[in-house]
Amino acid sequence: MSRPTYLQEQFEDMHQQTFTATLGMWAFLTTEVLFFGAIFVAYAVCRLRWQEEFRHGSADLQLWIGAINTAVLLTSSLFIALAVRSAKAGHRSMLVVNLIITLIFGLMFLGFKGYEYSVESDESLVPILNWSTIPPDEVGLPPSQQHPRPEQQKLFMSFYFFMTALHATHMIVGIGVISVLTTLSWRGRYTAEHHNPIEIGALYWHFVDIVWVFLFPALYLLRTG
Amino acid sequence: MSEQVHPKRLYLINYLVLLALLALTVGMSYVDFGRGYNNTIAIGIGFIKAILIMLFFMHIWYEPSLMWVFAATGFFFLGIMLVLTMSDYLTRNHPPGMSPKGEPVFLTPDKPRNAIPYSFPK
Repeated sequence: MSRPTYLQEQFEDMHQQTFTATLGMWAFLTTEVLFFGAIFVAYAVCRLRWQEEFRHGSADLQLWIGAINTAVLLTSSLFIALAVRSAKAGHRSMLVVNLIITLIFGLMFLGFKGYEYSVESDESLVPILNWSTIPPDEVGLPPSQQHPRPEQQKLFMSFYFFMTALHATHMIVGIGVISVLTTLSWRGRYTAEHHNPIEIGALYWHFVDIVWVFLFPALYLLRTG
Repeated sequence: MSEQVHPKRLYLINYLVLLALLALTVGMSYVDFGRGYNNTIAIGIGFIKAILIMLFFMHIWYEPSLMWVFAATGFFFLGIMLVLTMSDYLTRNHPPGMSPKGEPVFLTPDKPRNAIPYSFPK
């Protein structure tokens, strides 16, 4: 029996190779959980110490852009799950279509995120670059009519920008991975038997989605209670 | 990993449930459930969403138990980090008034929060 070229020499068969690769990906995702987790713990500590300030900071974020972005990411996750399904079933054209739709939703997420950053920049909410304690639309008013931001809202915004930018970096890496997978799928590299690279890429994409699923309530939904 | 091809229905239902949970969590942020509960509920819904994604989109449900162990390990150690960290920060002013070293506000609800002079430990 001849060995297929995509079966590496150290493995007995495709099943063993697929299992090993998937397990390795989960081990990598474990380190990613701890990577993001450390920042979440630091955030939780500061959030407990400066509750009012963080609530104020959360209320100044764009809740609806955040919510739409969550829906966009969940949709992209659906399509990459469908891409894995197509790959397993050996439907090359559907695989490519699903991967391209995933890419479009991923880029859409980054577009909304960029727009959100620009809105925050207009409101002088960016620490170091243009932070202002007085909101820009109240600058000319007499002090009695101004609503200055609490000092530690700056800390909240630092957390916000660091966490979302780190997540966006992961998104960009993910878009790169999916682009390569799309090209290779288009060339017919993957078959029903050799679909594992698609599944590995999808695991990474879903993980980035999961990080956002925690970022969204932690950052955007503090406004009440 | 699993070579099974699952029906599209599985992914669509999972997706619709995730969207419903998103709507629930956004709607909930407009209602005040009182001290700290909103955040707890929102993060709780976040956990349900993450588990649904892992079980069905990432196919953990159909994997052998070794994969479950790998998937849970990160969260387990994150839990250890969270519990040990919080066991410090949440007990810093115990008994109250003894050791004002930046304790969380909700442990001293009867005092205005600036009443305790705050200083970093030397």
